[in-house]
Amino acid sequence: MLNLNIPDNSLTEPGNMSCPGCGASIAMNLALNALGRDTIIVIPACCWAIIAGPYPISSLKVPVLHTAFASAAVTASGVRAGLNIKGDTKTTVMAWAGDGGTFDIGLQSLSGAAERNDDIIFVCYDNEAYMNTGVQRSSSTPYGTRTTTTPGQAWKKTRKKNIMEIMAAHRIPYAATANIAYPRDFIEKFKKAKSMPGGTRFLHVFAPCTTGWGAPSEYGVKIARLATQTNVFPLYEIENGDTLVLNESGSKPVEEYLGLQGRFKHLQTHEIKEIQKQVDNDFNRLKSRPHTVCTPLDQASRDSHISMELS
Amino acid sequence: MKTVIEGSHAMSEGVKLSRVQVVSGYPITPQTHIIEEIAAFCSDGRMEATFIPVESEHSAMAAIIGAASTGVRAFTATSSHGLALMHELLHWASAARLPLVMGEVNRALGPGWNIWTDQTDSLAQRDTGWLQLYCEDGQEALDTTIFAYRLAELVNLPVMVIMDAFFISHTFEPVSIPSQETVDRFLPPLEPRIALDTDNPFALFQMVPPAFYMEMRESIQRGMDQALAIYDQVEDEFEAEFGRRYGLIETIGCEDADIILVTSGSATSTARQARMELEARGEQMGILKMKTFRPFPVQTVQRALSGAKKVAVLDRNFSFGAGGIFAQEIKSVLQPLKNAPVVFNYIAGLGGRDITTETIISLYEQTKERQAPESAWDWVGLNPYDHQPS
Repeated sequence: MLNLNIPDNSLTEPGNMSCPGCGASIAMNLALNALGRDTIIVIPACCWAIIAGPYPISSLKVPVLHTAFASAAVTASGVRAGLNIKGDTKTTVMAWAGDGGTFDIGLQSLSGAAERNDDIIFVCYDNEAYMNTGVQRSSSTPYGTRTTTTPGQAWKKTRKKNIMEIMAAHRIPYAATANIAYPRDFIEKFKKAKSMPGGTRFLHVFAPCTTGWGAPSEYGVKIARLATQTNVFPLYEIENGDTLVLNESGSKPVEEYLGLQGRFKHLQTHEIKEIQKQVDNDFNRLKSRPHTVCTPLDQASRDSHISMELS
Repeated sequence: MKTVIEGSHAMSEGVKLSRVQVVSGYPITPQTHIIEEIAAFCSDGRMEATFIPVESEHSAMAAIIGAASTGVRAFTATSSHGLALMHELLHWASAARLPLVMGEVNRALGPGWNIWTDQTDSLAQRDTGWLQLYCEDGQEALDTTIFAYRLAELVNLPVMVIMDAFFISHTFEPVSIPSQETVDRFLPPLEPRIALDTDNPFALFQMVPPAFYMEMRESIQRGMDQALAIYDQVEDEFEAEFGRRYGLIETIGCEDADIILVTSGSATSTARQARMELEARGEQMGILKMKTFRPFPVQTVQRALSGAKKVAVLDRNFSFGAGGIFAQEIKSVLQPLKNAPVVFNYIAGLGGRDITTETIISLYEQTKERQAPESAWDWVGLNPYDHQPS
């Protein structure tokens, strides 16, 4: 087990408006830990539009620009253009959106920014439904989930959209998954994204919402870790849409992950088997691409890592 | 010296001369020539600006909201469906108190698809907190663009500069293009009151509880009031540099006219011609040209119309269930006056149908003949075969 020694960052205030156990709140802590003070954050409608605090207060010690739901990426592009024309090319501009603002209503603007390869970092903190409005399904909600708009026997029968494939298809310089339960890996990825200015960098962050997922608040990180250990959310990086590096994966059965969450508790054995099949297929599909394996410990010293070619 | 250019390019020249720094653009007929010309300026260095070719009008507005939030001068242009798609962000821009300027070329909304002129697109945005300035020709489009930045930056509200599809946007006219030196004297570099700054971090446009929201809305209205209050003074400064002024409204022969025609956009030029033809027959028709629609210049309009017996409002727009939009506003400002003139409302020229001098002369004659309007509004020149009263 890693002995993590991540200092508290000084850029987020304690006592923000998130729910107990909020994965998105942990994610912002880690992200600002990596990016530092010289960062401007663009936030569309999402949980963080609330967590960041109402007028006249702010829970963040970096500038925050709130924008409309569909517009996180392009608003960040506009901020970037404004800074550049003033001669400031060093400040990092980060769009910070939930899964609704990324997979659904924000996808068009995100695709536009990625196609133009605008010099921004776009982060999707993914809690797999519209949590801020009270747990409605999004296109990030996985197969089998009950939400308030997929209730009872109408639980979601279609799979989660694969946003990483979509973003990789834009051939952007950097796309990576990150998980709040893997903070070293998380921070290294944000540092790496910051160190690659000049194009669109996309980070897909797994950020459990225990409130919406029907789990005790102290289980947020545990559930997040199990998501990777069961390959529901493997950790990997794709550079230029091409080079794949697999960071973390696992071999545990999905029941261990699903069983901790109320949103899945209605599922029958054969439905859980179906989910296992989907997860295995997705992971095999990922692994079938040429790739290297690199653990988080190697992240900081990428040049010296021992990589292993898998067949 | 004058240069013969089309109205769209006159506006592009105005944007260039205003030293705009970030421009976003998405194509839509009949606006596209404006942003094409600006893209060329950015590409060959005639403008030191970044052009962002966005994937929708919604993003066009969001991009310049982002840019203006860093304290730079920004612009976009649109029409019709593009403006409708932006609607959400029009509210965002004004409540964010950003001094944006947008070119808007009036075009009808579908279905059926119609690319020709009609003011319903911009007038439907009247409650979004944007100033709206309507132009009559290419020269006015250029001048108003430069003027709009000065006004926007003094009151911290966004300004829409509006011209008719094709009749102005695609019509080549002699236009006097001012020198950069004179524009620089009139329009100093932007000194933003709001700018994102990592050395002085704060949150912009965040959640606002009921305890503060109303005050913020009231402050937007104070910005509108201020725009009316300083308009003449800014026009004085404009006139000192360029020798031209347009007024909140323009009145032509209204002082002793019994009948005044209220018009806007390119139809005003047609009305000027009709007025001359009427004058030759011994008839007197005053013209009130609406330039500023938001803020609505209430007292100025009241003064201009108070001596008339009848006011004929020509609306190239329509609010279903309520009538012509200019007429609604004119009626509301005349309501408090004693012996207020009778308002006749004529709906004409929708979807690009011609408004000719004959159209205007017939409206004048109809207004003269009747003591009062026979209906709340008249549809002018409907095709008899298509118009089947139920």
